[in-house]
Amino acid sequence: MKARVHVSLKNGVLDPQGKAIGNALHSLGFADVGEVRQGKLIELELTGALAAKPKAEIEAAVKDMAQKLLANMVIENFSVELVG
Amino acid sequence: MKAAIVTFPGSNRERDMRMALTKVNNGKPPIDVWHGDSDLPAGLDLIVLPGGFSYGDYLRCGAVAANSPIMRAVKARADAGVRVLAVCNGFQIACEAGLLPGALMTNASLQFICRDVNLRIETTQSEFTKKYRKGQTIRVPVAHHDGNYTLDTDSVKRLEDEDRIAFRYADALGNVAATTNLNGSVANIAGIYNAKKTVLGLMPHPENATDPVCGGTDGLGLFESIAESLS
Repeated sequence: MKARVHVSLKNGVLDPQGKAIGNALHSLGFADVGEVRQGKLIELELTGALAAKPKAEIEAAVKDMAQKLLANMVIENFSVELVG
Repeated sequence: MKAAIVTFPGSNRERDMRMALTKVNNGKPPIDVWHGDSDLPAGLDLIVLPGGFSYGDYLRCGAVAANSPIMRAVKARADAGVRVLAVCNGFQIACEAGLLPGALMTNASLQFICRDVNLRIETTQSEFTKKYRKGQTIRVPVAHHDGNYTLDTDSVKRLEDEDRIAFRYADALGNVAATTNLNGSVANIAGIYNAKKTVLGLMPHPENATDPVCGGTDGLGLFESIAESLS
């Protein structure tokens, strides 16, 4: 069982790195690219008792991890995806 | 004044901080505490979170350090009113730990900025800055890649209303403008206090401006203020 946590900047939070990526794409000739936002993907392998639990409980546990560490709720949102 | 400096793996300004604190504390050096310790010495007046790149800035600057064993003790002491000075990476750690509001993002220029900057003293109603004059400009170094202070508009207003903005990036005459905004920080903010004004976080390095040999002593006022307040 794996969990994928997608972390992205909240709307309204400026993303200088996304902007730089957008500029680089434009300079490569990809003119039809609008705003670019950079996030991160954190993949967790779940083992032991947690992996054997119902999906809702696993998802709740991963959300707890995201809120406590993986995302900074001041500036970031996250979503959880369970795989396998 | 009984002070402690917390060193994390990747801290790199703890010795500079020790020199500054020793200088204003009658030659008495602060106590060194390690990130893996679970408790702090008894009777502390001040805890310092120094600059550096704790845990290699992995995940987010300060995020891993904020969850290290010693930070539970730091948070408990801070809640009990022990003063905390959080500089640069320490500021990032303090925000991640919830000791201060907001977050430090990548500089708007995407560049690491290492140079002297002018800071305007926004308030002297504080144990940390009472030896300065309100509106005074001081010149101290910065060295960071993620100093872009971010906070929602309502919370910035609250900081202003509650006199909790400590320093702003300014020019040499103390003018604060978009052109003097070093790194994209909201409202040119370089340093802030918590609600009780017992925790100060700032990106610049006053500890590196406490000896003429290093190019200036404008940061000394901060340490003299702390020493006078807590001794």
